[in-house]
Amino acid sequence: MGMKFFGASVLRKEDPALLTGKGRYVDDVKLPGMLHAAFVRSPYAHALIKSIDKSAALALPGVVAILTHDDLPEPMRSRRLPLYVPHPAIKQTFMPWVLAKDETCFAGEAIAIVVAESRYIAEDAAALVEIDYDVLPASIDPREAIVEGAALAQQGAVNNIVTQVPVKIGDTDKAFAQAAHVFREQFALHRGGPFFMECRGVVADWDAHTEQLTVHASSQGSHRFKRTFIDLLDLADNQVRVITNDVGGGFGPKGSFYVEYGALAAATMVVGKPVKWIEDRRENFVATQQERDQYWDMEVAVDENAKLLGLRGRLVHDGGAYVTWGLVLPWIAATSVIGPYVLPNYQLELIVAMTNKITCSPVRGAGRPQGCFVMERMMDRIAQEFGLDRAEVRRRNFIQPDQFPYKVGLIFRDGRPVTYDSGDYPKSQQMALDYMDWDNFRTRQEEALKQGRYIGIGLSNAVEGTGLGPYEGATIRVSTSGKIVVFTGATPQGQSHKTTLAQIAADHLGVSYEDVSVVTADTATIPFGMGTFASRTAVNAGSSVHLAAIEVREKIKKIASELLEVSPDDLELKDGAVEVRGVPGMRKTFRELAYNAVGLYGFSMKADRDPGLEATSYFKPEQSTYANSCHVAEVEVDIETGHVKVTRVLVNHDCGNVINPMIVEGQIVGGVAHGIGNALFEKLLFDESGQPLTTSFADYLLPMATDVPNVETLHTETPSPLNPIGVKGAGEGGTIAVIAAIISAVEDALRPFNARLTQMPISPEKIVQVVLDAKGKQ
Amino acid sequence: MSDTRKIAVTVNGKRHEAEVESRLLLVDFLRHTLDLTGTHVGCEHGVCGACTVMVDGHSARSCLMFAVQANGKSITTIEGLTQADGKLSILQEAFQNNHGLQCGFCTPGMLITLSEHLRDNPDPTEEDLREVLTGNLCRCTGYQAIVAAGLDAAQKMRDANAENA
Repeated sequence: MGMKFFGASVLRKEDPALLTGKGRYVDDVKLPGMLHAAFVRSPYAHALIKSIDKSAALALPGVVAILTHDDLPEPMRSRRLPLYVPHPAIKQTFMPWVLAKDETCFAGEAIAIVVAESRYIAEDAAALVEIDYDVLPASIDPREAIVEGAALAQQGAVNNIVTQVPVKIGDTDKAFAQAAHVFREQFALHRGGPFFMECRGVVADWDAHTEQLTVHASSQGSHRFKRTFIDLLDLADNQVRVITNDVGGGFGPKGSFYVEYGALAAATMVVGKPVKWIEDRRENFVATQQERDQYWDMEVAVDENAKLLGLRGRLVHDGGAYVTWGLVLPWIAATSVIGPYVLPNYQLELIVAMTNKITCSPVRGAGRPQGCFVMERMMDRIAQEFGLDRAEVRRRNFIQPDQFPYKVGLIFRDGRPVTYDSGDYPKSQQMALDYMDWDNFRTRQEEALKQGRYIGIGLSNAVEGTGLGPYEGATIRVSTSGKIVVFTGATPQGQSHKTTLAQIAADHLGVSYEDVSVVTADTATIPFGMGTFASRTAVNAGSSVHLAAIEVREKIKKIASELLEVSPDDLELKDGAVEVRGVPGMRKTFRELAYNAVGLYGFSMKADRDPGLEATSYFKPEQSTYANSCHVAEVEVDIETGHVKVTRVLVNHDCGNVINPMIVEGQIVGGVAHGIGNALFEKLLFDESGQPLTTSFADYLLPMATDVPNVETLHTETPSPLNPIGVKGAGEGGTIAVIAAIISAVEDALRPFNARLTQMPISPEKIVQVVLDAKGKQ
Repeated sequence: MSDTRKIAVTVNGKRHEAEVESRLLLVDFLRHTLDLTGTHVGCEHGVCGACTVMVDGHSARSCLMFAVQANGKSITTIEGLTQADGKLSILQEAFQNNHGLQCGFCTPGMLITLSEHLRDNPDPTEEDLREVLTGNLCRCTGYQAIVAAGLDAAQKMRDANAENA
């Protein structure tokens, strides 16, 4: 059948409600008798809790309860949060308690929860809780933390090394011994935090009569939250329901289960009323997980033609206080280094350090931008050393289109060998270069320099593992009214699932996408789900919707063929009914068929039928799909102030088949803005005692409307052979490669000063320093 | 603590009288007293702009105002932007047509800021709109589609005015 909606830029189903103030975000939930919570948080990066005095706070009118660790219900009191992604290489698995027990390991860690009649009173009372601490030495810089004798980030730890694992392809030492040239670079890479516009929040409601916990949460995966509540409280599956309605951005860290959520469950169980907690922005800066720092010390070996022979070095990753995400981030970074290039030998010593900072979590791109940055900046370095065009060095090292499926020689974060499914990297880069008139940029640059303007151009390629497993599911049900509903565990935060999944279903069911309702992230509607992260929903949920819709279509045809006494092959689905092809009056509506499919009270059902017009599918990808992109950026640098103006960004992106071009475009453009923040603005600062210094949007700068250009895009569509709809992920591709492209462009603009930039972000101060240093030498 | 005042505020054309705590923020009054949850709280320190509402015709941060400061004033929120028949306004429609929102959380502030700007500047340039939007943060869209929506709406408003003239 023809695809009418798949591939079309249809308008979003989400928009009318969101444009008229009718969204339903977690802080919009209001339950009868609802109370409000605030947290008492550690002011120290590392301390022992000696005593807690709640009396003054409890005396405040309107305060209902104050819970510390000792007040938590069992078994939560005896259990730390479960580790989501265990790995045998993780040597020390420190996970947090719900409310710190006797030690706090970062400034901002929750120690007590105050429940009151209003948030205002709860905050007043939180300030009155008196806690006596013994301040302990803190471990802040991950490079220092892993040295023997460093202050321990956790009492009882052997050292501050969570894990130390080798990454290996081929025989790297041999390759280096035979290399024509070896170059070394040290990279300091910072990724900041998510900084979604809607802070985190939870409304928890324990019904003591039915013994059921209902939780409204701003999340990226309601089913994972449900599992954690079950783990912490030993409840049965029927006793927990988690609902995520509209979410104001996620970008990774809303996928984590936080101790605050456990504390909210405890609070509603203790006070017997619903309790709401909405994170404020200051809390968001000290208690929502961040991606922060990686330090790479790398050497590259090349032959006399600038072809890669090997790469080796060490990566130190700042894991923060707890190991919630284990090896995930540095592992993705380590495997993303290879990108679209043939790298025969690779050896990396990967170290995850424990520090007294907030736990590290994936943020849009999740380690991929850092891996990409390392390889792309190395490419630029090789070009510089050889006096070659930067594009030419890349051309000489590309994996060629006839090499797919291409086995890189490493195991990815999905547990499967990194095997690129499809792509055409040389063509992708060439399209981008042609579009940006790359070859003539030097002329433009010289012209500009004559006018005293410093302009530069940079490029960067990335291959991105997307569509990670294990599965996502979809149930499609035709209601007895004839209305079609899709239920899925996918948990959108702006990605438009309610539109794109409806587009996929509509084509198979012969209706408009507007006639398909999509219900996301309510654990009462579908038993299993993983949620939305790792650019995985189009691949996983999209494929499930596709498969389930086909099954429903066949059920519709089967029942109609019996009622109309025709062959199913003669039937077609059209406008909410099924019709005998060429006989317009001979039809059954979905309403009639759905009614029939339910069965009649007391009557026997036909043996070959299941009840209801519905089907469920869980698509389980055998491995990740690999999207790719080529980014080219142009900048103008003011050498007096260090200000960088990003003047142009082009993204040539390949995410396989595109369900909705308008939405993919939005993901790419928005992703670029995030990357511009990472390249130029966003930096979380801590002092030597671990105090966060950036705790407002006045200290931590997000890109504004004047900081980003109109992003230009090209699309290559290389369908993935790994799923029935040929798609790959699109949510992070805008961000990953743009950071290296911008830094490359800044370095290019500063050619007269022999700049070499190996860090992100680049501050105006750093640029001015580079210029002054060069002038001093002249 | 229980220092309260009586206020009367007109919101989206409807008059409300209430006795509120002096320290109650205007945004909390709108969201939790009047249940107008379309206005959002993003930072509570006046940077992100998600809480922007119109106070006597001028955009203002409702997280930086107390409800008592709105006494006697007329306020417009996102709920008040739709046309009388409930249809989307030209600006709201332009946001949908240009994919000017993703998660939708910054949207109420964006709509109010642009409503005010387009009212006073019917023929803005792209640079004008980018400048005026520096008071509103968006993490999803990269602003491009919001700017496009603003320009699109301005054109349609001018066309509509020309027809009515």
